[in-house]
This record gives sequence, C-alpha cells and structure tokens, in this order.
Amino acid sequence: MDAFTTLTAAAVPLDAPNVDTDRIIPARFLHKPRGPEFGRLLFHDLRYDEDGRERADFVLNQPAFREARILVAADNFGCGSSREHAVWSLAAYGIRAVIAPSFGDIFFNNCFKVGVLPVVLPAATVAGLRRQLHAMPGAPVTVDLEAQVVVGPDGARTSFAVDPFRREGLLRGQDEMALTLEREPAIAAFERRRAAEAPWLAR
Amino acid sequence: MTGPRTLFEKIWAPHVVDEGPGGMSLLYIDRLLMHDGAVHTFDRLRRAGRAVRRPEAIAATADHYVPTSAGGIADPAIRSMVTEMDRHTRELGIPYFGPGDARQGIVHVMGPEQGFTLPGITLVCGDSHTATHGAFGCLAFGIGASELEHVLATSCLWQKKPRAMRIRVDGPRPPGVAAKDVILSVIARISAAGGTGHVIEYAGSTIAAMSMDERMTVCNMSIEAGARAGMVAPDETTYAFLAGRAFAPTGARWEEATAFWRTLPGDEGAVFDAEVAVDAATLAPTVTWGTSPQEALPITGRIPDPADAPDPARRAAVERMLAYMGLAANTPLTAIKVDRVFVGSCTNSRLEDLRAAAAVVRGRRTVVPAWAVPGSGLVKRAAEAEGLDRVFREAGFEWREPGCSMCVGMNGDTGRPGERVASTSNRNFEGRQGKGVRTHLMSPAMAAAAAVTGRLTDVRSLVAEGG
Repeated sequence: MDAFTTLTAAAVPLDAPNVDTDRIIPARFLHKPRGPEFGRLLFHDLRYDEDGRERADFVLNQPAFREARILVAADNFGCGSSREHAVWSLAAYGIRAVIAPSFGDIFFNNCFKVGVLPVVLPAATVAGLRRQLHAMPGAPVTVDLEAQVVVGPDGARTSFAVDPFRREGLLRGQDEMALTLEREPAIAAFERRRAAEAPWLAR
Repeated sequence: MTGPRTLFEKIWAPHVVDEGPGGMSLLYIDRLLMHDGAVHTFDRLRRAGRAVRRPEAIAATADHYVPTSAGGIADPAIRSMVTEMDRHTRELGIPYFGPGDARQGIVHVMGPEQGFTLPGITLVCGDSHTATHGAFGCLAFGIGASELEHVLATSCLWQKKPRAMRIRVDGPRPPGVAAKDVILSVIARISAAGGTGHVIEYAGSTIAAMSMDERMTVCNMSIEAGARAGMVAPDETTYAFLAGRAFAPTGARWEEATAFWRTLPGDEGAVFDAEVAVDAATLAPTVTWGTSPQEALPITGRIPDPADAPDPARRAAVERMLAYMGLAANTPLTAIKVDRVFVGSCTNSRLEDLRAAAAVVRGRRTVVPAWAVPGSGLVKRAAEAEGLDRVFREAGFEWREPGCSMCVGMNGDTGRPGERVASTSNRNFEGRQGKGVRTHLMSPAMAAAAAVTGRLTDVRSLVAEGG
C-alpha cells in the first residue's frame, strides 16, 4: 500500500449524490484481477459511450480535470456493493483522496486498505469546494493527513477527523495484517475461551 | 456490571479480542461465507505465502458467475472464476457447494439453508448483502477484498464499533404488503444513507410476526439504507427454522446453544443511538421509480416532479434519474409499461418468495419475458415438489437454475439498453442489470403482477379480481 501524507493537486467535482460502486466500476469488469488497467475502467459507462469514445460532457473528460488526483463528491459516495475494485480503479487512475459529506461504509473501509484517503467534511463545505472547482477548473486542493486539514482553492482551511489507527496506517503505508499477526497469542487465547463458551460452534 | 444492553452489544462485546488505538477493536469472526467472486483473493493470499487460518469456519459456493440456463459458461475468463473456486476450496479443505451440488446457490440463501448462519455469531462475506444473515440474530456484514484476505489469514478484523439504530415496525400488515414493501418503505423514509455508521435492529410486532424468509428480505436491504448490518432478535421462529439443518448443532449442543440464544434479545430499557418507528397500517405495495433504492413510492403514487424539489441539488438529482429512467414527471406509476420481469436474487428467491409470485401468476399469462430464478438448488427442488415450476412455466415464465443472475448480471444475465425491468432484486442503480437498463424494485407478488399485465400494477387489484 502506498503511504499518504499530504497531497496538493487538481481536484475534480462530482455533484451527484449516492454515486454507487456499480457506477464507479460496472460489475462486468469484476472478474479481472487487480492491475493498472483499472484506471481506464473508472466510471467506465459515464466516461465512454457505446463505441468506446469519451463522452465530452463527463467531468473527468474535460481537459482541466483529466489530471485530477482528488475527487470532491456528494452525499453517500461509494454506496452499494462491497467491491474493492471501486477503490482500485480510483487509485489506478491516480485519485488518492476523496472528499464528501458522507460515504458508503464498506467503500470507506476499503479506501484505507488501498491507500486512498476518504475525507468527511460538512456538506456546506463540500458544496462550496465543488462550486469553486466548477468556477476555476483545475484549481488545486490540498489534503494534509498529517495536519488533518483540507485547503480549498480559496485558501480556506477546514480540519477533518480521522481515526488515529487508520491515519497511522496511511501515513506509514502499512496495512493491518502485520499488526494483527503480532496479536496471534491473544487470538489463540480468545479461541480457547470461545471454544469453551460456545462449544456448539465447533465443527 | 453494565446497564441494559442491546442485541448488538451482546454480540459485539464478547467478540472483541483486543482494543487497538483510537477506538478500533480487533473483532473475532466466527464464520466466513465465500462465493466465486473471491477467487483472486485466494490468489493474493497464496502469493503472500499466508495460510487459511480456519478452513473449518468457512463455507463456499458459486453464485455470481454461474449460468442460470442449461449448458456451460462460454467466456473462459468467467468460466475460470467458477472452476478456480472449486480448485482453491478443494486444496484448502473448505466445504464448497458448486455447480451440480443441490446445495449450490446464492451465498445468502445457502448459508441459512445449511444452518451455517447461527444466532450470536459474527459472520462476514465479501458481499454487501451479508446483512441478510442478521435475520438470525447474528452480527453479519459485508467486507471488501482486503478485509476478506485479512479474515482468511487471521480470523479477525479491525473494526470501529458502529452505532446502534432500532427500527420498530408495529401492527398487522395490510393485505398485499410484503416484507419487501416494509423495507423499501423504511429506506424511502430514512434515505439511502440513513443507516450509515449504524447497525440496524428491526423490532416490533410486525417483524416478530414475520417468517425467517421475510426477516431475511428485510435485513438483506439494510445496506441499501447505508447500514452494513441489520438484525432481528432470535426467537422461536428462528430456532424452528434452524433445527435439523446440516451445520446447526444437535442433541445436547443444540440445548446449550438455544439456552444461550435465549439470552441474546436486547434488555428492556437498552438505549439506541437512533430510533425510527413505523406503523405497518400506513404501508402499501411499493415500487421504486429512480436509481437509488430510497426512491420508492406506494404503487398508487405518481412520478415526482423535479419542480417540487426542495433545493437545486435535489432537483438536479431527480431530473437525472428521470432522464435515465425514461420517465416523465407526474406519470401514475401504474401507467408505466415494463419490458421484462425478474423474480430472484438474495433478497427474494426463497421458497416463500416463489410461492408469492406463483400465487399471482397461477392461471394467468405473462405478456412480457419473465424469469423465475430460485435462490438455491434446494429451493428449486422444494418449489418443484410443490409444482411451482409448472405454475411459472404454464404462465410463460422461464424457470431457471439458481444463481445471482439478473440482480448483478455478472454471469451475462442482463437486459438490453433502455429495457425496463420489474425486479425483485435490491438495487436499481444505473447499469446494475446491464448498461442502460431501467430497474424498478418491488416484491415477488408485485413483479408477478407486472409480468401478467405488462405494466407496474397494484397486486391488490389482481387479487381482488381473482376473488
């Protein structure tokens, strides 16, 4: 997993609420193993028409937003299916941070496993950011995980909350597996106790 | 020690192995369900040189990629998802119900059917509809591929404790109102993000009176309200369902288990972070009109007018949905013609669902293509023993093989662009049932009614007509 510390980059606004993971990556691509081609599949059916040509009206196809590394979305971004492919496709495209008023729970968790930072900010703040990005296409936004602050194109700073545990993991680019494996004795002890308390679960 | 506790708290606390920094808990996972979408996770685990910690705590099946018609899978990449699942589970000693096994089916039908799903446990699966299993009074939620790899290797997950929400539904259900109508109405009320960060406990007399099939339908769509998990307190209905199932305890173990399960329901006075109350008498057969499950209305309603939206953002969202759905504002829902009908999915493919749909189509003829896709081989067999397959076939339905089918379309079961589908599945997202396909969610009886009239139909009018 790639570490995330701070990022200043062009940000792309996506105004629709309830953008589900089916829209982020359609189900027909899910049999593919994770790889760089997922960047091309991001928002596939919104980005390309029936003949595979780019739809000019989709925001990511507009010149100022093509190189965006930050996505500013609306309520309930990433709702629906648990497919981690949605985060893989964002990361493969180059999007490393998503700012929204709320996220689908499973998508939110998946982000931290892949090295993409989901940032929850108040709805009015996020709407303001999107307005600025529409008015100044290609304007940069800063997401600083160390300081836990987002800096908008207008220079306004908004701090955000993040679980210390997940923050630490992202800052170091370290997944949780090592941390869990360190606790093997505790897990084994737990299992012995559980086997005694709930013997009907033994198989 | 502590005060009154909720069902959720009674399951959560005993599963915490360790507390991490910042309020994260290392949660023990009793059981893991797997489906054919998990093949690449096995590959990654092996590449990392990690073993499966407890193969005996896993059950697997193939559902997402299996064909629901006779014959094999033409696309080699799709076919390998199923054949590789077979290989991995065989090599790792994981019980696997694959094609050809009567127990094969949608993972959220198979787990309960086998008694693999039990009250009081933690259960996960790499699928967002894992909330289904909460109908048995367990904590069950969907996870992504990395979390799946983590559970395979460690039998644990790092989790932030969710908040608890209670949704009480009370009173007798009016005629024609199915479990699907209850949950669609709840989602419409609290929104697609209303349950975010919460575990929902469904309670009240309406829920208590429901069968297990109905409770599963309700819990299944918790994720459509934003909640990773939904649950119902276990009771005699739960135990009667589980008794004698393959993975359920037997003899003295059964007695011990049920004695413990009876302690699980929430204590009187337990406090929830959020409460919602629904009067069942206010509910009606319900359909969705938009591209989020929250856009649901009683069948007697009309398509919303964007001009009535409370703010510009909502207006834009409604306009976009109407454009995708090919619908005009203020159209009566019952005037909307459908092109095909799908009865199936982890929401509504169990025996009672098929009975409800068959009762409507019996003696009638479909006027559009219609599929009935049973949730498992065992559901199919039980339905055929009752003659439901004949009822469906005589009405013009296709009676198909078990799998996820047109709910997610990963096996190629999709509609054509622009087609309008009356569907008993759980998601009406853009492109969910195929590129450009327009989905209306509803109960099995309502989908059956649409199949025989060719439009969205109030099933109560058909039932009245039929006497």
